[in-house]
Amino acid sequence: MTDASANGQLLTTADGKPLKRALAKAQAHAKRRAFFLVLPLLAFILITFVMPIGQMLHKSFYNEGFTVNEDIGSGVRTPIMTNLKTWFDANPLGTEPDEAAYAALAADLVVLKDLRAAGQAGTRINYEKSGSRSMFTKAARGAEKLKPPFKEAIIKLDKDWADPELWRVMRDATSAYTANFYLAAIDRTKDVNGNIVNVEEARQVYVKLFWRTLKLSIMITLMTFILAYPIAHLLATLPLRYSNLLMILVLLPFWTSLLVRTTSWMILLQSQGVVNDALVGMGLLGDENRLQMMYNQMGTMVAMTHILLPFMVLPLYSVMRPINPSYVRAARSLGATSWTAFRRIYFPQTAPGIGAGALLVFILAVGYYITPALVGGADGQLISNLIAFHMQKSLNWSLAAALAAILLGCVMVLYWLYDRLIGIDNLKLG
Amino acid sequence: MPDTTPKDGFVIFDRVQKSYDGETLVVKDLNLSMPKGEFLTMLGPSGSGKTTCLMMLAGFETATHGEILLDGKPINNIPPHKRGIGMVFQNYALFPHMTVAENLSFPLEVRGMGKSEREEKIKRALDMVQMGAFGNRRPAQLSGGQQQRIALARALVFQPELVLMDEPLGALDKQLREHMQFEITRLAHELGITTVYVTHDQTEALTMSDRVAVFDDGRIQQLAPPDVLYEEPQNSFVAQFIGENNTLEGTVVEMKGTDRCVVKLTDGELIDAKPVNVSKPGEKTRVSIRPERVEFNKDRLQPGAHTLKAEVLEFIYMGDIFRTRLRVAGNDDFVVKTRNAPDQVRLTPGQQIQIGWLPGDCRALDA
Repeated sequence: MTDASANGQLLTTADGKPLKRALAKAQAHAKRRAFFLVLPLLAFILITFVMPIGQMLHKSFYNEGFTVNEDIGSGVRTPIMTNLKTWFDANPLGTEPDEAAYAALAADLVVLKDLRAAGQAGTRINYEKSGSRSMFTKAARGAEKLKPPFKEAIIKLDKDWADPELWRVMRDATSAYTANFYLAAIDRTKDVNGNIVNVEEARQVYVKLFWRTLKLSIMITLMTFILAYPIAHLLATLPLRYSNLLMILVLLPFWTSLLVRTTSWMILLQSQGVVNDALVGMGLLGDENRLQMMYNQMGTMVAMTHILLPFMVLPLYSVMRPINPSYVRAARSLGATSWTAFRRIYFPQTAPGIGAGALLVFILAVGYYITPALVGGADGQLISNLIAFHMQKSLNWSLAAALAAILLGCVMVLYWLYDRLIGIDNLKLG
Repeated sequence: MPDTTPKDGFVIFDRVQKSYDGETLVVKDLNLSMPKGEFLTMLGPSGSGKTTCLMMLAGFETATHGEILLDGKPINNIPPHKRGIGMVFQNYALFPHMTVAENLSFPLEVRGMGKSEREEKIKRALDMVQMGAFGNRRPAQLSGGQQQRIALARALVFQPELVLMDEPLGALDKQLREHMQFEITRLAHELGITTVYVTHDQTEALTMSDRVAVFDDGRIQQLAPPDVLYEEPQNSFVAQFIGENNTLEGTVVEMKGTDRCVVKLTDGELIDAKPVNVSKPGEKTRVSIRPERVEFNKDRLQPGAHTLKAEVLEFIYMGDIFRTRLRVAGNDDFVVKTRNAPDQVRLTPGQQIQIGWLPGDCRALDA
């Protein structure tokens, strides 16, 4: 057949139809069928994974607690704090709240009372200024009895209503879109003039926790690598019938509940636990100075290293198994010592496995939650424990979402760095 | 017979034995002496111990008993990287994460050679195998034959005096294999390197080597130049393993001096043979005759020579030769090869003929 496209002509089939269209038509049926086969999974992922994550991320910069009230029963959405918003729009940041401002507040409080939305609005303000929720519920309760001059009347209820910071928070909250949760997630806040400042030192927790999460994850990755490399090598070089048996031992933790594994570490490591008892029993340790191996960072590290070890062993094993022993032999015959042969020939060929294992363990460790919660104590908590706290206890979902988004961003950046430095196509998971 | 008193030579195996499990010997009493510059092939079926011998020489296996000497020095306790032996592996073992030039540079780097000297040697080695333009490629981007050349260049680039090759052409197609056989022997002779070559392909062994050591059952069955090996096999194994061979079983009935004997075949017919592994009447023997030495033209036979009745079973036209299968003395696989010449007779199946041979071409071997 001649190459017609070289002459600028369109390739056609025997009966003159364009070849490309004929090909697409011939394959359309197979493509459609393939698409329908993956459709259930696609729908499942969209509904249960992509959408909730998208919603969660949306919550991190969008909170309508101070702008809209939605009636739970009827689903009717009513704007709230509209008078205050009008006043904020008319007066720039830094304006002393005057009688008009307080009058707007009083009018809005009446609306809050009617809608029973004082708690919701108060909670939104409370996220950024603690103690303000009760001020809202209290003020709304007697809202319609407030008489002008509203300024004195409201400040008489609680003198904190005069606090300029409260007014700054309320001004920000009248817009549902806000970056304040991200600021809070990196231990920053705004002062009364809207400048970004650090929160007071005693309340700086998140940045410290991010760093600790990063540090512990790197250390856990390193530990799993040091432990897994020789095991994987042993598994890869043993005859298949022995290596299969050993592989079962490596995989055994996978078949045990995570909770069981973590609690067995508690039994081993606690101050009245197996390890301490053994050390005391052997006389290596006095009964009064038993080692504190749990409820601190060490407990988190030991237990997580153990739990994540298979994720390092498996990718390493899968790259080591097909490496032909003749490579190292060739290097040796060419004059390399066994160390040089390892360093220059064997090790570089295992790099894709190291990359895959390290990335897998690191990403899992960064988001780990149960193990640090059980064995970490106050000292061994990771950022995910704080995210869980805001999800379940403080119910500040926006802050939890902001923290999670930052964590996701960090992982993405590391992934990108990995791709730039090593190349993601070099990754070999199994 | 194996060389039993190896005292001088560049490579010497002296009563070497090897066992992996302490129960069976993979190599049984190996004695071998190679002069410098020789191309020696270790030929044998798989499991005959030839690769084990190569690995012991390279230093990847230790001899259970006996001594291996290289240039007069015992090397049993010298680690592989200090032996200075070049090696070409069956799968080439080119380092996949390095370019061709880096592969060749590796043995020079570990020897602490300077950059300019390295580059010069790499260039010369690549030119030697006609791969000068491929220095920046990765092994995966090369064809099998090209990889083979690079593996060869890498084994030679540090100028070793001894090169070992472990079935290096096994993965190539027939045409390329024949070409590389020629290339490897040419290089080995040009550079004057001593080569130990392992293969299970007897054609390869015959065409390439100065001497061939035929291995079976952990022993060298015969060590001889290719022509001697083919024409004068010392026992039935060698006769069977090298080239095509017809065997007939029988008993020695008469010895006529050291050069001639009469053998009675199982169906009672008598033939002349050259005694190799038989010495007295009554001994069981297996006679061996090459297909191209069988004669069915009576005029070409010696007067008084014994002839045999044969029935033509099959005639195969193979281009350059004719291959005729006969039934001789109850053996249905008796093959005769004749050259495709204008005056050559083409036999037809069913035809009854008389065949014979020169007594020197028929060897009475062990049963």
